Parts: sequence; structure tokens; C-alpha cells
Amino acid sequence: MVLVLALGDLHIPHRAPDLPAKFKSMLVPGKIQHIICTGNLCIKEVHDYLKSLCPDLHITRGEYDEDARYPETKTLTIGQFKLGLCHGHQVVPWGDLDSLAMLQRQLDVDILVTGHTHQFKAYKHEGGVVINPGSATGAYSSITYDVNPSFVLMDIDGLRVVVYVYELIDGEVKVDKIDFKKTATTMHA
Amino acid sequence: MAAASAAARMLPDGGADDEERWLAEGIAGVQQNAFYMHRALDSNNLKDALKYSAQMLSELRTSRLSPHKYYELYMRAFDEMRKLEMFFREETRRGSCSVVDLYELVQHAGNVLPRLYLLCTVGSVYIKSKEAPAKDVLKDLVEMCRGIQHPLRGLFLRSYLSQISRDKLPDIGSEYEGDAESINDAVEFVLQNFIEMNKLWVRMQHQGPVREKEKRGKERNELRDLVGKNLHVLSQIEGVDLDMYKETVLPRILEQVVNCKDDLAQFYLMDCIIQVFPDEYHLQTLETLLSAFPQLQPSVDIKTVLSQLMDRLSNYAALSPEVLPEFLQVEAFVKFSNAIGKVIEAQPDMPVVGAVTLYVSLLTFTLRVHPDRLDYVDQVLGACVKKLSGKAKLEDSRATKQIVALLSAPLEKYSNIVTALELSNYPRVMDYLDISTTKVMAVVIIQSIMKNTTCISTSDKIEALFDLIKGLIKDMDGAQDDELDEEDFKEEQNSVARLIHMLHNDDHEEMLKILCTVQKHILLGGPKRLTFTVPSLVFSALKLVRRLQGQDGDVTGEDVPATPKKIFQILHQTIEALSCVPSPELALRLYLQCAEAANDCDLEPVAYEFFTQAFILYEEEIADSKAQITAIHLIIGTLQRMNIFGVENRDTLTHKTTGYSAKLLKKPDQCRAVYACSHLFWTDDQDGIMDGERVLLCLKRALRIANAAQQMASATRGSSGSVTLFIEILNKYLYFFEKGIPQITNTVIQDLIELIRTEKQSESTVADPSTEAFFSSTLRYIEFQKQKGGSIGEKYEQIKTSS
Repeated sequence: MVLVLALGDLHIPHRAPDLPAKFKSMLVPGKIQHIICTGNLCIKEVHDYLKSLCPDLHITRGEYDEDARYPETKTLTIGQFKLGLCHGHQVVPWGDLDSLAMLQRQLDVDILVTGHTHQFKAYKHEGGVVINPGSATGAYSSITYDVNPSFVLMDIDGLRVVVYVYELIDGEVKVDKIDFKKTATTMHA
Repeated sequence: MAAASAAARMLPDGGADDEERWLAEGIAGVQQNAFYMHRALDSNNLKDALKYSAQMLSELRTSRLSPHKYYELYMRAFDEMRKLEMFFREETRRGSCSVVDLYELVQHAGNVLPRLYLLCTVGSVYIKSKEAPAKDVLKDLVEMCRGIQHPLRGLFLRSYLSQISRDKLPDIGSEYEGDAESINDAVEFVLQNFIEMNKLWVRMQHQGPVREKEKRGKERNELRDLVGKNLHVLSQIEGVDLDMYKETVLPRILEQVVNCKDDLAQFYLMDCIIQVFPDEYHLQTLETLLSAFPQLQPSVDIKTVLSQLMDRLSNYAALSPEVLPEFLQVEAFVKFSNAIGKVIEAQPDMPVVGAVTLYVSLLTFTLRVHPDRLDYVDQVLGACVKKLSGKAKLEDSRATKQIVALLSAPLEKYSNIVTALELSNYPRVMDYLDISTTKVMAVVIIQSIMKNTTCISTSDKIEALFDLIKGLIKDMDGAQDDELDEEDFKEEQNSVARLIHMLHNDDHEEMLKILCTVQKHILLGGPKRLTFTVPSLVFSALKLVRRLQGQDGDVTGEDVPATPKKIFQILHQTIEALSCVPSPELALRLYLQCAEAANDCDLEPVAYEFFTQAFILYEEEIADSKAQITAIHLIIGTLQRMNIFGVENRDTLTHKTTGYSAKLLKKPDQCRAVYACSHLFWTDDQDGIMDGERVLLCLKRALRIANAAQQMASATRGSSGSVTLFIEILNKYLYFFEKGIPQITNTVIQDLIELIRTEKQSESTVADPSTEAFFSSTLRYIEFQKQKGGSIGEKYEQIKTSS
């Protein structure tokens, strides 16, 4: 069992002063094995904070990131799953499922994690999974109105991944759970 | 005894060798006589016991030893005297000798010092025997001890008296308690011994050569606990209740403290009083206690003692809230405030740090005891300003530290900066800080706001706040730029950026005022700061735009100041300032954000203007090829979402965008940007644009560029790597094929698949595995769609995926 934290679009300090206190108290060091961050942190302090939660940190570049060294896309393998990571501003139309599916085929991944729209999404697509963890700070977005802060925790166990979505709605953390199984037909050649 | 540890700290001085010898001789004398004394005790020979004990005690008559060496000798003798005392007790118990006779007998000792030690020892037995009232014996002893006027010998003798009598005082509830008045005798005895000891202690300072004055001060300091012990004994006496303390004990002690006119004694004893007696007593005798302070010698470090007292009482109030009414009743704040005023007046030479320390203690006291009295807090700050006035900015780092403590205390207490903003003297105190400390303080203020998520909701308060944190907002006169640490600067400016999100009001008009205030201040920040602060302001303003957007359409007219249009004007100015910095990449992003917001407000000309600004920056300022790629994707992505443009405006903008795309430096980047542009001509909205012709044009253009890229690659490197571009384009074809663009048929797609196969085979080197995977996952997708059946399946039916 491996826990993977996926989050992004924090936009600190441009659009939000900090992560919500409730999230901060939930995110403690030592529980998470990997962090994947879609980008737009935007400053070093946030990078350092994430690093303090878990040293295995994977970040792709958002258009507001101060650090220019983050790559545009990144793939990594965790257990039986191949994951792809991209901020998503490069994929036009923004947030478009079919266009993201093309990126998923290009990166040849089981799970594609992107951001940019600030809207939480997780769905099965052509046997794979496409996830958008939303904005961890609930930052303003030109695309999505009324953004709630959210992040995603993936529990990867063998051929199974359980996606937990944490969303802060009116000061309360709501958790949703989505279960995915990788079937043999979607295995890679 | 504390003197022992004090002795261990003593450094050897010039006569150390001699002293060691004298001590050794003294100890030998004590041991030898003790030996004979023991023999006498063993054989019940009282006469010899007295003789040898007196000889042993004669060793304490020496004047040659320093206090800590004398102490060592004293302890040897002391241990022996305990044995003698036991013998006396046995003797009297067995009746072989009456205690009264013994009391007479020991007075025959030849020398006064041994005689008095022996007398005290028998006195102890006498009290224990209860053959005479304790008070009479004690009175006799304390009087007799006057016989020794040599300070060191006298101090130790009286210390011995204190030691043996401590458990035999006629205290209330004690077995030695006499009549109703006997408690007075107990107190009187201890007070008298204290007064005499203090006199001896003070006199020590004035004996011996002047050049050794400092050394004597040091030696005296080691003996202080002998004197202070008496105060401790007093505090332990059951019968010393508040009344007794107030009427007798405290006035008598203070009288001695003030009258002795010795700064060492005064400092130590005032501190001792504060430490040993209960807080409740201090509170009820505050007036008396405080009145002593201005009477002390000018060189006494009053601020430390007074701070101690305030700190103790603050803690007392914090730990026992039920006593708070008593603080109010005795008007503790006013009393302290006056006392500090008097002390500062009486000691004009007191350094600033001392005065400020006093105010910090008073403020801590006020915040704990009178948290609701903001006027008291301001009064303390005001008094501090008064003390500082006429002085330049502080340079003493300790004083600065105290000022920071003074300013931080209200923030911690109220955990709400809004309260601090009401303190008129707060900014006035800050004015005395040097520039770097002003910044530190500003960061503390911002952190306090963040920690408590305090929302500051009026433009007046924000003005006041910006005044407090001005050290971060703009360059200060005299600031040295070259000393600036870049990391620190970034952190400071980021904290200002965070702060901007805490300046908020739900009322639109007030929020607009807030935005104007923030804009006014941050535009003063200069090029270095704008890149940090402008984005926060822009997004704060865009949030307001969105709130207004939700309102009814009737937002035009001059009488309604808060309109999206007005805010877009502010945004325009603000971002313009940023583009001049220059920070074109950031400005371009912000312009695009504004354009989209204007789109949502149905303001076509405004949106067009923002796009124009973004394009100007793109053309004139963004030269880096990587920056261009990101910028062009953002432009395409934003433009794709715009739905208010009329045909003409739209054409201009899409034309420009495709033009920029085709002019990127690297072919693959050109190709990707161009196929992304295809989305500008096909949107899914209900009244969206559906220009299949131009979609196809974009895709064909992308193919041409991919071809060119392929040729260039094989010409220069003999390899490819560009096949992946063809696959990407194939995927775009599939995308629009599914959208039902008539120009894109299954034949077109089949041709493209074949083309990719050919290209792959023509590659001279080994196929790139990621390209292979991309291609096969694309083909798998086609099969997947076929199997779906229905209209989609039918559409894909004709396409063959295997060669």
C-alpha cells in the first residue's frame, strides 16, 4: 500500500495567503510516500513546505511558478501504475477531456494528473484514470467559479487504486472515495 | 548553604597560598581540640569538654581568612558543636547537671566569641527543655551577640544563632508558643537578628584599605544569603499573617533597607523581599513597597527589581484569575505607573534600555491584569514615547530588542492587529526603531495577522496598517541597499503579498476603497517590489469583479462607484506599472486573466484592450523562446475561451495568434502551437464557432511544419524524433473527426496512419520506444472506439489499424 498525495494550483501568494489550516493539520510528515504536484505553487516557501511533508516530490511547471526548472511533463511508476503529470495550461482547450486523453496516450500512462482548471475531477477514461486535484487553496480561477479548496490522496495497492478527494466546503472537510481497478486488457504491451 | 557554592566560585587571589596555610592551621586547631573534646565527652568530663570546645571555637577568632575560607572553618566547628549540643542535652536529661547551671557555667569561658557560641548552644538546649520561655532565652541571646562587632565573625555567630533557633521560635502552633503575645517576640527576635546582621554586612564594606573596595564588594556578595536567610525565616513563620506583615514586618525591613544606604544591600534585599513573601502580600502592601523604591541609592538597579515585582504579580494574576478584583481594588496599575515615573525621574542617568525594560514589564502586567483597558496600554506606550522623545533612532541593540518586545506584546495578547491599530502611540514608538528593526517588526505584525487570520476591513485601518509596515512597502530614507539579503527581501515581499488577501470587505464600495488604498501604497514600492505585490492586488480585484458580475445589470452610472469597468481601469494601471518594471511575462499573464474576466462581464472593448496589451508585450518584450512557447499557449487557451468578440475583432486576434505560433523558433514548437490554434475555430458552445475549413487549414499547416522538421532532423542529425509530431497531429484529426467536421474523413485519417508507418520505417535508427507506445496507444484507441458501436463505432468502422 502506497499513499500518494496529489495537489496543485496553490497560487501562493498571488491568489491565496496560505493553505487552509484544516488541510495543514491533516497533512503531516511521514504518512505520505510520494507527492505529485501539478504546479503553480508558486514560491520556494511552498516547495520547501511540500518537501517537509515528503522528500519524494514530483512537480511540473505551472505558468506562475517562480522556479523555471520544473519540467513541462513528468512520468513515474508507482507499484503497478504508470502516472503522468502535467500542469495543463499547455493542453488546449483547457480542461477538455478528449484533449487530456490525447496527452494520456502520448505519455502512455494509466493515471494522468493535471491541474489548471481549479476544478476537482476524477474519471475513468479509455481504461485509464484522469485526475484533476483542483486547487489546494481554493484559488481564484478564470475557468472555474466558486472554487473549493481540494486535494487528492491516492492509495495504490497492487492493481487497485482508491482515490480519496478532500474538499473544504464551508469550513468542513468532506471526503469522497473513488475506486479504480486496473484490468489486464489495459496493461501495457 | 549558598555560601559554600559561592566559595567554590571564588578565584584565588594574591595571598591565596598564605590563606591556604592559615586555613590549614585553623582546621588543624579545630581537629586537635575536637579530639580532646570527644575524649572528654566520652568520659563525661564536662569541665574538659567545655575547656576544649572553647579552645576549638577560639580558632574562629581569626581575622586572616577571606569569607569563603572562614566559612570552611566555621563548618568544621559547626559539626563539632552539634555533638556538644547532644552531649548537653543528654547531661541535662539525666539530671547530672541542670540546664540553668550549664547556662551559667559556659559564661566562664575566657574569650567572648567562644563564650557566645557555647551560650547559643546551651540556649538551644535550654529552650528545648522548656525550663524557661523560648522568648526570654532568645531575647537574651540576641542581645548578648552584640558583644561581637567584627563584621565577619559577627555575621557567622548570628548565623549560628539563627540556625539553632529556627525550629524553636515561639510561633503560633509551635510547641514553644507562649502567651498570646509570643508571636511578636518570635518576629521581633528574627527582625532584630536580621537588622544586626545587615548592619555588620554593610559595615564590612567600609573596613580595610580603599583599594580593595571592589574585592570586598565581591566577598560581601558571597555572604548575602546569610543575611537574606532571616527574611526567609520570617516568611516561614506561621504567625506572620497579612496584618502582621503589613503593620510590622515589611515596614521594619524597609526601614532597615532604606536606612543602610548601601546599594548592594538594597538591591539584594529588595529582590529578596519580592522573592520570599507571597504575591498576595505584595499586592496588599504595594503602596508601602513601591514607596521605598525612590528612596534607594541612585546606583541601585531598581528596574530589575521592579520588573521582577511586576512580572511576579502578572503571573499571579494570570494563574489565579479570581484575584483580579483585588488588583483593581488596590489600583495596581496606577501605582506601578506612578512608581515607574518617579524612578525614571529620580534616575535621569538610567539608560534607555532600562526604562524600556520597565515599560515592557508594566505592559505585560497591564495586558494580563487589565486586558480590557486599551487606554492603559496606550498610556504605557505613550510614557515610553515620552522617555524616547528628543532622541534619534535607537542604536542600542538591547534597547531595540526591548522595544520589539514592547510592540509585540499587544499583538500576542489581542491576537488581533485591529486592536493595535487603535493604539495612537503604537506607530510613534515604532518611529524610534532603526530601519532593519522596523522591517522585523512589520514582519511580526503581518505574521500575527496571518496566524490569527485577521481580516482588516476598512480602508482607514489599512492606511494605519500600511503606515506600520511601511518599511516593507517602500524604500526608506537611509536604507542601505547593498546590505539587502535577496532571500530575506523575497520572504518579506511575499509576506506583503499574502497580507493583501487579508484586506477584505464584503461591501463592494468599501472593498473598492480598499483596493485603491492598496494600489496607492504598493505602486510606491518601486520595480523590485511590484513583481511580488501586483499579482495579489490583481487577483483581489478580480475577485471583486466576479462578485459584482453576479449582481443585476444596473451597475452603470456615475453614482455607483464600484463597477467592473472602474475596477478594470485600476487593473489596467496596475499591470501597466508591472510591464514597465519590466516583468513582461507576468504582466502578459495578468492581462489575459483580466481579458477573460472582462469577457465574463460582457465588456468586449475592455477585453480587446487587454488582449492588445498582452500582444504588445508578446511582440516587444518577450524574446526568450521558452517564454514565448508558454505565452503563446496561454494566449491560445484564453482566446479559445472568449465568446464576446465580434467577427472582426476575433479575426484580428486569431490571425495574430496563428501568426505568432508559426513564428516560434523551433519547428516542433511551431507545429504544436499551430495545431493548438485549430481549436480557435471550433468551439462546442451552443452559438460557438464552427469553421471546419480553417481547422483543417491549421492541421495541414501543422503537418507541413512536421514534415519540414522531419527533413531538418534527418539532414542535420541523421535521425528523426519528429514522428511523434505526426502522431500528435493524428490525434488532433481524430478529435475533430469525432466532432464531425465534414472535411475530415476516414480516408484522410487512414492516409495519415499510413504516412506515420512510412515515416517510422524510413527512420535509420532504432525506433524511439515512447513514440512506439504513443502510436500503439493511439491505434488501440481507434479500436476501442470501434468496439463502442453506435454512431461512433460506425464512424470508425472503415479505419484499419493493422497494416
